[in-house]
Amino acid sequence: MPEWLIELLITFAKIAVVHGVLLTAVAYTVYLERRVSAFIQNRIGPNRVGPEGLLQPLADVIKLLMKEDIVPERANRFVHALAPGISIIVALSTIAVVPFGDTIELFGRQIKLQIADVNVGILYIFALLSLGVYGITLSGWASNSKYSLLGGLRSSAQMISYELSMGLSVIGVIIISGTLQLDEIVYAQYGWKWNIILQPVGFIIFLVASFAETNRLPFDLPEAEQELVGGYHTEYSSMKFALFFLAEYAAIIVSSAVIATLYLGGWQFPYLQDFGLPQIVTSILQVLTFSVKVVALVFFFIWIRWTIPRFRYDQLMDLGWKVMLPIALANLLVTALVVLLLK
Amino acid sequence: MLEGYIPIFIIIFISAAFAFLNINLSSLLGPNRPNKEKLSTYESGMEPIGTAHDRFSIKYYMVAVSFIVFDIEVVFLYPWAVSFLNFPKPEMIYSFVIGLIFIVVLAVGLIYEYKKGVLKWD
Repeated sequence: MPEWLIELLITFAKIAVVHGVLLTAVAYTVYLERRVSAFIQNRIGPNRVGPEGLLQPLADVIKLLMKEDIVPERANRFVHALAPGISIIVALSTIAVVPFGDTIELFGRQIKLQIADVNVGILYIFALLSLGVYGITLSGWASNSKYSLLGGLRSSAQMISYELSMGLSVIGVIIISGTLQLDEIVYAQYGWKWNIILQPVGFIIFLVASFAETNRLPFDLPEAEQELVGGYHTEYSSMKFALFFLAEYAAIIVSSAVIATLYLGGWQFPYLQDFGLPQIVTSILQVLTFSVKVVALVFFFIWIRWTIPRFRYDQLMDLGWKVMLPIALANLLVTALVVLLLK
Repeated sequence: MLEGYIPIFIIIFISAAFAFLNINLSSLLGPNRPNKEKLSTYESGMEPIGTAHDRFSIKYYMVAVSFIVFDIEVVFLYPWAVSFLNFPKPEMIYSFVIGLIFIVVLAVGLIYEYKKGVLKWD
């Protein structure tokens, strides 16, 4: 077989594995969220389908697939169908640049555990994040319902506001590691040089902005049930509705993966390479380390959702523009100054 | 170096195929029994009044316009940040001063917006 064909097949295999894991993880994050929220509110949660309710996600998917697909007659049919598509494409494609392990040797080949190793990794993530706004805004506009429109507008204003502080907080990490490539950023965090220790302020800003970007409580104004019914997905049903949910939970997982990569050392377990374990064991342990970090962050997302009440909209915008943005700017300057003084 | 982007195109294509399949699957598998009430726009059980494609608050435009200005400035800071660490000391001081001026200009713009009340929601 020619070399490029093998490379292509490896790429397809990596995408299949990553998408398979991601979609399964999404299904079980929904389950986890329902169980954890039940636990926090002193309820039981879904426990009937399968042992401990473990088959619940499967039942949900089948139910949603078999539901009637309702498109309101005053909606714009094409955009109404396009919007959930944009959301899910963005959520599933962002994972491409996230490294989930070191280079691994399989069947005599060096395989990088990262789908696409491009030198503008961080920019790619931000580009797709910006596209994600379109899915929600267009769904709000196309439904031609007042609740949807308000939800979509709020959401787009909120997401673009927090994208600024997010983009600025990452610059601190870029200054320290001198690259936009995510695997280089992970290598730069060898041992205990995790960016959370070097960039604590940037980490907090990035974390808060991630909550806002994924429309999670305490920033879930776009779907504030008490005011807007369902927000931007009020007029959606069946699998189109499910795609928004899939996209939301996929965004949580991808955000957690990005946070883990940028600030928590990615797949690095401190000094694991020096233990002298066989290479394959080291690689597997690194992938496990990465998974544990991601799951811990996903749990943190859920935990926050069921602990903190919702912001008011003016408080939300004030926080984004008058608190987070100046702090992110100051953080960036201080980082540059410290790098300069330590030179 | 451009061949590094091929996997990205593949993953976007696969995601798009997944999206297309799922968007159309429900209308194939699910029932199709439309009626007038079901297809009308939801408005808490009332008859919908007017359309939602109407004028909305100017504040959203203001936020969007401010976003464009600041986001372009953020993107301009990226190449600066990438090369910052790799400069020798004298160039680094020069680069820092340049970055400082850039950020001060950005901050002045933010303060101006703040004073003008662009960021005020009530």
